[in-house]
Amino acid sequence: MAAIASFLGRRLFKAVFILFAIVVINFLLVRAAPGDPATVMAGEAGAADEQFVQQLREQFGLDRPLHEQLGIYLADVATGDLGYSYRQQRPVWDLIAERLPATLILTGAAFVLALAAGIGLGTLAAQNVGRWSDSAITVLALVSYATPIFWVGLMLILLFSVQLGWLPAFGYETIGAGYTGWERVTDIAAHMVLPVLTLGLFYMAVYARLTRASILEVRDMDFVKTARAKGLGETRIVLKHVLRNAILPVITFAGIQAGHLVGGSILIETVFAWPGIGRLAFDAVLQRDYQVLLGIFFVTSVLVIVFNILTDLVYSLVDPRIEVA
Amino acid sequence: MSNRLAFLRRIAASGAVAAALLAPAAALLADAGPAVAQEKPQTGGTLNVIVQPEPPILVLGLNQQGPTQTVAGKIYEGLLRYDHALKPMPSLAESWEVSEDGLTYTFKLRDNVTWHDGKPFTAKDVVFTTTKFLPETHPRARANFSHVESVTAPDDHTVVFKLKQPFPAFIKAFEVSSAPMMPAHVYEGTDYKQNEKNATPIGTGPFKFDQWVKGSHIRLVKNENYYLEGKPYLDAISFRVIPDAASRALALETGEVDISQFNDVEPFDVPRLKALPHLDLTTKGYEFVAPLSWIEINHREAPLDNPKFRQALTYALDREFIRDKIWFGLGRVASGPVNSVTTGFEADKKTYEYDPEKAKALLDEIGLKPNGDGVRAEISFTPMPYGETWARLGEYIKQSWSKIGVKVNLESTDVAGWVQKVSNWDYDATNNFVYQYGDPSLGVARTYISDNIRKGVMFSNTMGYSNAKVDDLFAKAAVENDPAQRQQQLSEVQKILVEDMPVIWLLEMEFPTFVNKRVHNAVTTAIGTSENFADVWVDKKN
Repeated sequence: MAAIASFLGRRLFKAVFILFAIVVINFLLVRAAPGDPATVMAGEAGAADEQFVQQLREQFGLDRPLHEQLGIYLADVATGDLGYSYRQQRPVWDLIAERLPATLILTGAAFVLALAAGIGLGTLAAQNVGRWSDSAITVLALVSYATPIFWVGLMLILLFSVQLGWLPAFGYETIGAGYTGWERVTDIAAHMVLPVLTLGLFYMAVYARLTRASILEVRDMDFVKTARAKGLGETRIVLKHVLRNAILPVITFAGIQAGHLVGGSILIETVFAWPGIGRLAFDAVLQRDYQVLLGIFFVTSVLVIVFNILTDLVYSLVDPRIEVA
Repeated sequence: MSNRLAFLRRIAASGAVAAALLAPAAALLADAGPAVAQEKPQTGGTLNVIVQPEPPILVLGLNQQGPTQTVAGKIYEGLLRYDHALKPMPSLAESWEVSEDGLTYTFKLRDNVTWHDGKPFTAKDVVFTTTKFLPETHPRARANFSHVESVTAPDDHTVVFKLKQPFPAFIKAFEVSSAPMMPAHVYEGTDYKQNEKNATPIGTGPFKFDQWVKGSHIRLVKNENYYLEGKPYLDAISFRVIPDAASRALALETGEVDISQFNDVEPFDVPRLKALPHLDLTTKGYEFVAPLSWIEINHREAPLDNPKFRQALTYALDREFIRDKIWFGLGRVASGPVNSVTTGFEADKKTYEYDPEKAKALLDEIGLKPNGDGVRAEISFTPMPYGETWARLGEYIKQSWSKIGVKVNLESTDVAGWVQKVSNWDYDATNNFVYQYGDPSLGVARTYISDNIRKGVMFSNTMGYSNAKVDDLFAKAAVENDPAQRQQQLSEVQKILVEDMPVIWLLEMEFPTFVNKRVHNAVTTAIGTSENFADVWVDKKN
């Protein structure tokens, strides 16, 4: 227990420095892009004069020297204030908090689906290596992995929404229907099916390939032979002995993906008009909405660090030979 | 033709509606409005409209981007509306009068109008909006109302504008996005941009703000106290944010949304959608903005400063091809700086047919001979970052100009980068399209007069074009009260401009507005779907 506490202490201490560097580098990077929020708004308005642009720059605080702006921003972030989006007239934290549930429910569901289906299919393929079911799973995995994700999304919409009319094509829930309770849950679930499937298929392919390869490597090792010699049942061997040892690369990859969950998926959110954080970030880039963009970078950085620490902890649970250090 | 047949087969095979087979041609250019106007309107229902990109805020006095207008045009109202021929019609003003000398505009306001918070709308609001609010926040209104000497309210329902000198375009300054009426009791004495009521906009329009889920939708609901008896018909309007163009087309196809406008649908999707039996297509409703697209040229760079070079570039472009193949038939080839639907248009002037040989001859004439590689000049071209169609246009231009020996290097960028480059004159050539707002003094002169060469300001005279005669004629026409005299000045300036070719005019742009057949009266005025929708109703049966 003490080992875990000291591990956490050291990792969190390092994390503070990493975050500081991330904030400073991000701040300078987003400023390197040409134009600023005022030029974007002038471009979108279709009419402008000096006063218009000048007012916007003053309002956004862009008329101050860059180092001063950076100082103000760092001080704000240190006190937990992620700034204010003048374009949207809302605090950045509110904007992110508003979008986060939609993103997490989408990416979280896709993550669980991908892990479960990926490990399941990968195991099945490895058990039947060389047979037709192995080939079928391999082909499915390769096709899912290689097909552009937006194209899969559009094709699913064409099939299930346009042709068959079974599922809603866009959005997060039915607007203005005023559903509550169970009805609302079913409604959101129906909207989730296509985007979750599209996003999940891609990651499922990765997990299936990883699991299959890893199991093939492990299943001929001595300890498996020993287990078999002891007369254990095949299911028990696969689950308790083979999979537990073969799963480490999958956990590594899942740890990386978990860190990205919060970032959302720009493509999926765009194709399915899903009001998540990926689109918020993408729009912020195009609109040069600096504070929103930096806020999203900050939140996702924090979560990537947290998930990295968690992944290391999970390693030690799955494989007692690994100690946290 | 074979494409269309294949398409019809697909419809038939998928068991869609048989009506599609009966009248494929009739469906092509049907007008959404008049044909159904006689039917008795039904009350109730929700309309779904695409809004893209998502507007930053909904207070029309503070932000006039297209999407903001689409939504806020239902919440706020102006004093006047305009029909397709730009003739003024009553809105918040029930009648108006312009004095003989063109110096006094008197508006009689409706007396039963209330704001969404229940306070009465009076002349005080009009005076506040036009003398305080808009001059501080709205670049276009700032310019329009700078012609005003005084605004007074003799009583609660009369407003009198006295002008410094005649300004005939002034009658077009009262459209809802040009001069949305703002509530004085909410804003007077506050910092307009920071006012906390900005999150819940208060107007006089037929629809009230209800809910905005960022990234998803904006919902407006019926204003039960609207001043027109029995209107609006709809219970609610949902504006759906759908960022992907292919998804927007599918949303129209499935009926999840009823209306699209402007660039919501990419031109290459238009032929497919207009063949669908449940959609009507109209290109009406853009007369007020009357966008004109052109190739903008930086006159500070040689040889782009030479009018003959610019003429040669024009002869080298097949603008019919651009219209037919890149815009899929949408729009009219532009003949000059004034859109043919805008006041003061002159038809009789020099024209430029597609003629690459003439272009080469002109280049020879100014001494630009081909080098060993056949290249006479080299320029960069930055396509406008407003969607795929503009990128295709950039590729076409590169090819066409290479045929006359002008080598083009395409440079791509995003909106922020584009505005930064063009407004700071750091470009050779780019595209642009600009709104005309019904009158050359409002939306045309600004591009060509030398007063408006202002570094860092977008949609000014970014080319750096300067011609004293042009400046003089635009200045005279702005204040000319005699329509015949004014037309003469405007005609003359158009004739000069087509000789100088300060920019290369491409198309009088038309945008496809798709309307689901269940929707009635969607497009009835010169601002199309930005209109307040008090008259719009939906069929409940389908």
